Amino acid sequence: MLKTGRMSPRDVLRTGASGLRTRPLRVFLSALGIAIGIAAMIGVVGISTSSHAELQRTLDRLGTNLLTAAPGQTFTGAEAKLPKSTVDMVRRIGPVESAASTGDVDGYVYRNDRIPPAETGSINVKAADLGLLATTGTQLARGSWLNKATARYPAVVLGTGAADRLGIGSIESDTRVWLGGTWFTLVGILDKSALAPELDDSALVGWGAAERILGFDGHPTKIYTRTVESAVEEVRDVLAATANPQAPTEVKVSRPSDALAAKNATDKAFTGLMLGLGAVALLVGGVGVANTMVISVLERRAEIGLRRSLGARRNQIRTQFLVESQLLAGLGGIGGVLLGIAVTAAYALSQGWPVSVPVWAIAGGFGATLSIGALAGLYPAVRASQLPPTEALGAA
Amino acid sequence: MNRPVVRLDNVTRSYGETTALAGVSLTFHRGELAAIVGPSGSGKSTMLNLIGTLDRPTSGTVEIDGHDIATLGDQELSALRAMTIGFVFQQFHLAAGLSALDNVAEGLLYTGTPLAERRRAARSALERVDLARRIYHRPNELSGGERQRVAIARALVGSPRLLLADEPTGALDSRSGDTVMALLRALHADGTTVVIITHDREVAASLPRQVQVRDGRIVHDSSRDRVPAC
Ligand SMILES: Nc1ncnc2c1ncn2[C@@H]1O[C@H](COP(=O)(O)OP(=O)(O)OP(=O)(O)O)[C@@H](O)[C@H]1O
Ligand SMILES: [Mg+2]
Repeated sequence: MLKTGRMSPRDVLRTGASGLRTRPLRVFLSALGIAIGIAAMIGVVGISTSSHAELQRTLDRLGTNLLTAAPGQTFTGAEAKLPKSTVDMVRRIGPVESAASTGDVDGYVYRNDRIPPAETGSINVKAADLGLLATTGTQLARGSWLNKATARYPAVVLGTGAADRLGIGSIESDTRVWLGGTWFTLVGILDKSALAPELDDSALVGWGAAERILGFDGHPTKIYTRTVESAVEEVRDVLAATANPQAPTEVKVSRPSDALAAKNATDKAFTGLMLGLGAVALLVGGVGVANTMVISVLERRAEIGLRRSLGARRNQIRTQFLVESQLLAGLGGIGGVLLGIAVTAAYALSQGWPVSVPVWAIAGGFGATLSIGALAGLYPAVRASQLPPTEALGAA
Repeated sequence: MNRPVVRLDNVTRSYGETTALAGVSLTFHRGELAAIVGPSGSGKSTMLNLIGTLDRPTSGTVEIDGHDIATLGDQELSALRAMTIGFVFQQFHLAAGLSALDNVAEGLLYTGTPLAERRRAARSALERVDLARRIYHRPNELSGGERQRVAIARALVGSPRLLLADEPTGALDSRSGDTVMALLRALHADGTTVVIITHDREVAASLPRQVQVRDGRIVHDSSRDRVPAC
């Protein structure tokens, strides 16, 4: 008989929110603590996923089906040599789509013939197959690539780093470089090569020109090959034996896209550290909410007494303060998630990356704030509910 | 008329060494209007809190509307407060952030009444205390007398059988005090049992029954002058 109806969920929320409405600044400041923690964590996760998405996009664009083979060293420690026919042999492997090679050439490159020979600028001169750009997926920044005609004449294409080092930014019809004691006409400059970064510091000349003018022996020193995507592993297994049947163990085979992915993975430790810092910020934010709630309960003893006099049960008082605490933390959570997404978006866009914030991070971050709110509010809420009504009313 | 709404039987309330109430026996019947008077510290508020079930006696029996409160748990006591008892305090205890309407509607919050219905009842309660034109004002936009009328509206919105007021005019000037007293009288006229603590001798004398308290004991009860204790 002595029983009242249950409060509707809406009334529970309204009552829980009532304490927040009258103290907006305090609500803002305590929610801010939580928001900073959540934003830091979402930001770290978001930036890391965005950079991963960027890597994935890069790999999708570049392909993961490029394999390289290099002669390596003989077991006596001397530089091994690949046979001149290597590229043709590699092309004959079934799933291989294309193959190209470069060969190291002795010789140095200078801006002009008056530079002292000691200032080599560490640019490597290489003979290049005409199919090199297509196979490695390297783009031209300016000018043109070698063709059948220019490959036999003193014409050169510079990698982007090599051009920088020589101080060459543009190509005029008479731009020349002093290469191996001869003037070579500059026909093109390459873009940065993601999968064949060794080309960046190279001066590339035609195979014929290298043999005819620079005394190149014609042995390739690096083979680049594209294979059918699904057969990369199989080709990898046979590439060494095909490239150099006489000494397959000397051949070094690698997959440049693996190196690219590995470089990205080294950021993991840093991500962990930042996540830890975010967690600490969140903890501090939680302590801030607990503090706010304790003060709130102390200040609102009269309100608690009044509510008891209006018929509030102890557990309804407890629920009110728990809900208030969770709303407080939840507000911080929403703010933090939005802030974290904004930080991620700003950073990713400034880097030209795709923006990617995983849903699990958003849900997890928000869920964490609700738990923090419950935890931070538990003690104050229990204290509020145990306050004797007369004492609470007398406090006013 | 003769069913007791409040029955205290040999009620004592002590705080450690201090005895705030010492063996008080007292009955209020349905429809009574009574004043509790006495010097400061005599135990008036202690008595009212016990009657309002906000406190439990150290010994003795408190019966409200036929329920021995010693047998009731928190849930049942709360229900009793929500549905049977209305409180008016000297300090009003209004929520600063809420309009008069919502402050009054809070009086029904713990009865489980839906919000729309609470507001409807609050509106008519505010009409009863003559504040129909102030319903959207916040407490800080109201005079002291108006605030106390809002508090009275909150106490009466649930149509309680028993209304307890602890110095309702204590913080008001005499004109506002008169208005508040007139309202409480009107409530009594509608059948509510009203018990008022007051310092004001004139106010006390104007009520049908006076209970005088001193040092935790009832030293005079005007009802006993006419009707012998039964
Ligand atoms: N929570 C408490 N702890 C200890 N003593 C208390 C407590 N509440 C009341 N008392 C004591 O009980 C006695 C009666 O207090 P009570 O508040 O009932 O007086 P009162 O008649 O309402 O006085 P006033 O007119 O000043 O409001 C006082 O001596 C007071 O000090
Ligand atoms: Mg008192």
